[in-house]
Formats: sequence, structure tokens, C-alpha cells
Amino acid sequence: MEQTIFYILAAVAVIATILAIGEKHPVHAILYLVTSLFSMAVIFYLLAAPLVAAFEVILYAGAIMVLFLFVIMMLDLGHPEQGLSPHWREWLPALLLSAVSIASLAAVIVSRHAASPFSAPPGLAIREVARRLFQEHGLAVELISLQLLFALVGALYLGKQPKKGNSK
Amino acid sequence: MTASPVVDIALFAAKLGMVFFVILTLAAYLVFAERRLLARIQDRRGPNRVGPAGLLQPLADLIKLLTKEDFIPAAADRWLFLLAPAMAAVPAILTFAVIPFGAPVTIAGHEVPLLIVDLNVGLLFFLALSSIAVYGVAIGGWASNSKYSLLGGIRGLAQLISYELSMGLSLVPVVMLARSFSLTAIVDAQRAIPFIVYQPLAFIIFLISITAECKRIPFDIPEAEGELVAGFHTEYSGMRFGLFFVGEYINIIVLGGLAATFFLGGWHGPFLPPLVWFTLKTLAFAFFFIWTRGTLPRLRYDQLMHLGWKVLTPLALLNILVTGWWLALTS
Repeated sequence: MEQTIFYILAAVAVIATILAIGEKHPVHAILYLVTSLFSMAVIFYLLAAPLVAAFEVILYAGAIMVLFLFVIMMLDLGHPEQGLSPHWREWLPALLLSAVSIASLAAVIVSRHAASPFSAPPGLAIREVARRLFQEHGLAVELISLQLLFALVGALYLGKQPKKGNSK
Repeated sequence: MTASPVVDIALFAAKLGMVFFVILTLAAYLVFAERRLLARIQDRRGPNRVGPAGLLQPLADLIKLLTKEDFIPAAADRWLFLLAPAMAAVPAILTFAVIPFGAPVTIAGHEVPLLIVDLNVGLLFFLALSSIAVYGVAIGGWASNSKYSLLGGIRGLAQLISYELSMGLSLVPVVMLARSFSLTAIVDAQRAIPFIVYQPLAFIIFLISITAECKRIPFDIPEAEGELVAGFHTEYSGMRFGLFFVGEYINIIVLGGLAATFFLGGWHGPFLPPLVWFTLKTLAFAFFFIWTRGTLPRLRYDQLMHLGWKVLTPLALLNILVTGWWLALTS
């Protein structure tokens, strides 16, 4: 039962991601990507990681993708679906890089084929995750949050309007 | 428990059906109650012709909405236009899955918990669904391909993201006090004293945020009639408009139920049965929403953003800090 659900969700995730890449209209692409993230979240839930599943939806589908959508809706893009396809010189590096990553994925799968593809680990309690994160890796968490703060201050500085007196 | 799975599944299906039926009926009658109460506030009578005291009005509205033409504008993004109302209504009703609406009851030797599913990340499940609900408004406004709808959609998007933040932050002290994300555990932690006593500030922030989350006056700028015709659902007609509309009222019920669960002790209460207490508390919030609609004027867009980002969010953060200190000192 769980295995069937997993394969359905995995197929949805892969197909939606491919469609998100192939779709020329950015709003449609975002919705395909949200579909993909959503099925990934349910896969995490099946893997007994409900916390990761919830964060996948809250952060990726609910916050980052919404901000993308917001920016795209604010910009007047006209008819991007009638635009030209990118030149082969532009997509060749992307193709090469993705070939490398797919090859490494295939290598990992082949080398670990003995392991069962679906073995649910025991559920990880939220308390345990929190303890690991903030006791063992507390410094790293703080450093990352400081970095985000730097980025925020930087964005604020870049976006700041010059004072009215010396703007023109 | 040595119960046969067939009976358990049947009981679960019955529970699921009951919840759907009760919520949809309640949403329909909430529309009616709002019209009558608003009329009373404005010294009018309100709908009182269909059935005794107008009680069959929701049925008449349903028939009207179902028989109206389902119009799709020529320049609309067809599929997304058709999909958006469902994207707005489904997350609202899904959220109810984690709300415990009564004490566990025993039916024919089977203990039936009165909630659909007890997730250990129940609170995060609610936050996840409320962040997904944004898409219905945004896509509905964008796919209509009309200026009013687009403006309403963008406003809705900005408003929902902003107030989601203060809503989430106002719930952190609740989790700190209950020491769990599970809604059942949160309700159990309030058996003696509801959290509103410890956390009045968090309660007020949460109440303001959920009013903004269900786009009610004074936070109804995504659909402000005076400036945007009807905002993101300007181009919708028939049952698709009805779905947006009912979704909003389901949202009111669900968010009212959540406010009761987080701050008023859920189904706990003296004398009356748990189910009655939960219903009363939820409907009290629904009444509060209707009352504010009849009383307050609409905020301007910049005032709305100011309130969300510069008042509610810092206050919620401060509240978390103080709660943390207090817990550290008393434990």
C-alpha cells in the first residue's frame, strides 16, 4: 500500500518537475513546481518524517514559491509563451551539468541496489530533532541565521531610496 | 483494543461524512446569520421571506448559484481560472482534520476520538495549509486577466504572507506552554486553565491575524468593493463564485475552532458536554467576526502592512522572548 502510494507520488513529482522546466509561462511553471514540492512533502511523511514534510510545504511551497509568484505577478511579462526558444549554446551547459548529476544518481542507485527501496525508519520525534539541531549543531545554526541577517541588511541597503534632497 | 477493523473503518467514514456535512451546513447558515446580524446592526430586517424567519434562505441561494451561468472570460487563463476556487476552498476544509472537537466517545465498545487525525505536527499542518491557501486568491486574481482581479490577487497575496508570519509567531508561546505540536496535547494541557490566561497578548495577535487571514473587514482590501469591484473574484459567477464564498466561511469556522483550541481550552468546559462547548466557542468567534464587520471601517493598504510588520510581528517576537524567560525562571 505505502509502496504504491510512494511510486505514484514519485511519478507525480518527476513529471511535474519536468513540466515545470519545460513550461514557458512562469506562472504555470510555478504551479507545476508547487505540485512537485507537495508530492515530495507527502513522500517525506511516508518516510516517517512529518516535521520535514510540514517544513517542505510551509517554506518551499508556501513561502518561497509564493514570493516568486508575487514578483511574477508584479512584472508585466506580456506573452512569454510566444518568445523564442533559447539557443543551443545557452542550454548545452545545463544539459552537461544535469547529465553529470543524473549519472551520479544512477551510480548511487546501482551501487546500493541491495538495500530495499522503501524501508520506513522509526519516526523521529520533534523533540529529538530540536535537541540535535540546537545542542549539537547550535553554533552552526546561529552562524546560518546571522548570515541570513546579513543578507537582509544588505537587501535593505540596496533597496533604500536616496534621500529626497540629493536624489536629483 | 480488540476491535474488528471493519467497524473501525465504518465509524471513521461516518465521522468523516458527519464532519463534512456539519461544516458545509454551518458555513451556509453562517452566511445567513451574517446577513441577519448585519441587518440588525444596520437597523434593517435582512432576509426573512424564504421559510420560517428566512431559515431556508441558504437553500434558495444554493439553487440560485447552481443554476446561474458559469461564465469564463475570453482572455482568462482557462484551466487556472477553473481551478482557483477549489484551491481556495480545499485547504480551509482540510485544516479541520487536525482539530479535536470533543472528548473521545465510546460507541458500541469502540473508542472513537472526536477528531479526524491526531498528527504530532498538527499545528504545523495548519500553518502549511494556510500558506497553501494563498494560491487560490493569487491564481484566481491572475487567471481572470482583469485589472481589478489582478490588483485584488496581489493585495491578497501580500496580506496573507504578512499576517501568516504574525499568526505563526503568536502560536509559538502556545507550543512552549503545551510542549507539543499536537492539537490533542495542546487541548489536554489546558484542562485546568486555558492559555488565554497566560497569553492574552498572543491571543490578541492571533485574533487580529486570523481576521486578516480570512480577509474580513477591517482587512478586506483584497476584495474592497469601493475600489476593486470585488477584487480577486470579480470575474467569477455561479457556483465558482459560490465556492470562493463558501470557502471564506469555512475558513471562519475553522479558524474560530483553532482559536478556541489554542487559547480557550478547546472542548474543555464545565457542565455542558464537550461537543457543545467546542461549538459554542467556535461560534463565538464567528459572531465576533460578523460584529467587527458591522462596526469597523476598512484599513488602508499601507496601514495594513504597517500593522502587520511593524506592530504585530515585533510584539509576537517579544512575547516569545518573555515567555521563554518566564518558563526558564519558573521551571
